[in-house]
Amino acid sequence: MSDTSLADLEQIYDALAHAIDRAGPAKSELLLVKFALLLGQAMNDRAGFERLLESALQDL
Amino acid sequence: MHQPTAIAHRSLYYDYRVHPYVSPPEKLGPGARHRVVIVGAGPIGLATALDLARYGIASVVLESELQVVEGSRAIVFTRRSMEILQQIGVAASVTAKGLPWRYGNSFYRGQRVFRMEAPHPQDDRFGPLINLQQQYLEGFCVAQIERDPLIDLRWGSHVTGIVHNGDGHATLSVDTPDGGYRIDSEWVIATDGARSGLRQKLGLKMQGDAYEGRFVIADIRIKLDLPTERLAFFDPTWNPGNTVLMHREPDDMWRIDYQLPPGEAPEQALQIDSLTARINAQLEMIGAGGTPWELDWYSVYSARAMTLPDYVCERVIFAGDAAHMLPIFGVRGANTGLQDGHNLAWKLAFVLRGWGSPRLLDTYSEERVAAAREIVDEAGKSTRFMTPPSRGFRLLRDATLSLSLQHEFVRPLFHWRTSRPHEYLSSSLNHSSAAGAHNAPGLSDGAPAPNVYLGPDDYLFDHLGASFYLFYYTAEPELPQALRDAIAEIEQDGFPFEVVAIVPAGRRAAPPVLGAAQTLSDEDGRFAALYGFAPEGAQAYLVRPDQHTSANWRTDTRKISAASLKAALHSALGMAHGARSR
Repeated sequence: MSDTSLADLEQIYDALAHAIDRAGPAKSELLLVKFALLLGQAMNDRAGFERLLESALQDL
Repeated sequence: MHQPTAIAHRSLYYDYRVHPYVSPPEKLGPGARHRVVIVGAGPIGLATALDLARYGIASVVLESELQVVEGSRAIVFTRRSMEILQQIGVAASVTAKGLPWRYGNSFYRGQRVFRMEAPHPQDDRFGPLINLQQQYLEGFCVAQIERDPLIDLRWGSHVTGIVHNGDGHATLSVDTPDGGYRIDSEWVIATDGARSGLRQKLGLKMQGDAYEGRFVIADIRIKLDLPTERLAFFDPTWNPGNTVLMHREPDDMWRIDYQLPPGEAPEQALQIDSLTARINAQLEMIGAGGTPWELDWYSVYSARAMTLPDYVCERVIFAGDAAHMLPIFGVRGANTGLQDGHNLAWKLAFVLRGWGSPRLLDTYSEERVAAAREIVDEAGKSTRFMTPPSRGFRLLRDATLSLSLQHEFVRPLFHWRTSRPHEYLSSSLNHSSAAGAHNAPGLSDGAPAPNVYLGPDDYLFDHLGASFYLFYYTAEPELPQALRDAIAEIEQDGFPFEVVAIVPAGRRAAPPVLGAAQTLSDEDGRFAALYGFAPEGAQAYLVRPDQHTSANWRTDTRKISAASLKAALHSALGMAHGARSR
C-alpha cells in the first residue's frame, strides 16, 4: 500500500467516490461494508486489517 | 386452591391425556422426608427422574398441570440428547415417531446461499438431529415413569413456597385441587422452566444478554412436498430485514418461525389476521400459496442468552431452562437441559448412596455453568446474525447477505452453530496428570466418549448403563493380576464400576478377557481409531456414568497401574484433595 504512487492513489480516490455516488445515499454504507469485507478477505492479514481499521477511527 | 384445567389441550395432532390428581400421603399428616423432589415435569425433570431411578434413587415429581405441555415447544433433538434418552429408555420411541434430518439451508433473494450438512459418521447409532414435538417426548417419558415404581409423579401439584431448613433439607409448600400440603426433601431439583418459580422465590438472578428481536412461533398442519431440512430465509420480501425459519414436524405439521419488525407488540403479532397474513405470505414465497392449512399452536418469544452463575443454591439444584435461557436458533434449550440432567443424575445419586463426595454437586454446577457460558458465547454469534443487536451488526449482516450471492467466502458465516456436547476439559473430576501431547490422537479428559459401531444394530453405547467404565484395550487374554486385585477392591466399595475389554482386530475368536465384565471385539479398528489406541500395549480410559472420559492411559502418556486407576476413580468421585482449581 505504501508503494502506491500518487497517480494510483488519485485513481483509488476517484473510484471510491464514484462507487459511493453510484450506490446512492441509501446504499453507500452497505457498499463500503461489503467492500471492506472483500478487502479483508483479499488482504489475508487480520492484524493488518485491524490496524487499518483503528487508523480509520482516528480523528473522525 | 390450585385449579389446573381438567380439559385436554386442543391439538390437531396430539392426543392429550388428562391425568388424575391423586391425594398424596402428606395430606394425611407430615410424611417421611424424601431424598429428591423434582419440581416441574418438563422433559428435563422427567428425564432426570428416570436417570436417578437407574441408580436406585426414588423421587417425587411435582407438576402443576394435569397433562403434558401445551404446544410443540422444543422440536429438534440432537444426537447427544438421543444418546441420553437411550440411557433412560425412551430413545426407541423417539426414533419411531421423529423425523431425522441433517441439512440446513439458508436462502436470500430466492437463492440458496448456504447448505450445511451435519455429518452422520457410521459409528453413531443416532443421526445428528431429529424433529419431534415436545408433547411426544414428555408423553414417552411419562409412559416410562409409569412403569417405574421409584418415581412418584404427582399431577396438579403446584409449588407455592420453599423454606431451607438448617439441618440439610428443604420444605416445599404445595397447592393442589384439594388444598395444600408440605413436603420435605433432602434435595430439590428445579426443572420448572424459563419462568422458574423456585428461581424467583429464592431471588436468584441470571447473567447475560436479552436480545431485542422477537419471534412468532406458529405450528400449522399442511401437506408440503418438502424434505425434513432446516429452512432459513433472510430478508424475505414479505418481512424485509428479518428472518424466517421453517421446520417439518411429524404428523404433517410445520413450524414457521418469523421475526417481528422492531417495535411491533406481541399482542398485535398474535392476532389471527396478522398470523394468517404472514403465514400466507411465507407459503406464497416458497411456492405453496393456496395450499390449505390449519393453525395449531402459536407463541411469541425473544432471544435470550442468560445463565445463573451457580446451579446449586443450598438444597435446590437448577437444571434446564430454570438454570439458563438460551436462544433457540441452535436448538440449545432442551438439548442443553438434557445434558444438565444427565450430568446431575449420577452425581446426586452417588452423593445420596454415599459413593462419592458431596463435592460432586459443586462439579455439576461448575461443569454445566461452563457449558452454558460456552453456549451463550456461541449462541451470541448465531443470534447477532439472525437478529443483529446494533446498526453495525445489521450492516455487517446485510453486507454478508449481499456478498453471499456471488462470494463463497462469506457463506460459512451463515453457519448455524448447533448444540453440541461440552467438553469438561477443566473439570476437577479429571485425573490431573502429566497429560500427553495435545496433538496426540485420542480424547482429552472430560471429552464426551464417542459411540462406536460394533456390528449391525450394535453400538458401544448399547452396552453402557448407569456405571463407571474402564475401557481397557488389550490383546492379552487377561488383565494383569495387580489390576484385577485393584478392581476387586474397587468393587468392594459398592458403586457401579465395570471393565469393558476391547480386543484389537483379528482376535475375534478370543474368549472373554479375564477380569473384564464385558469383552468387545474391535473388528474394524473403529475403537482404536476413535479413542487413539496404538496397536500394541494395554491402554485405557476411565469413563464416567454420563459417558464423559475423566482419565486416560495411552502409550504416549503413561501406563495403567492399580495405583493410578484408584487415584483416577478417587478424583472422579470428587474425593481428591487439592483438586485442580478451575
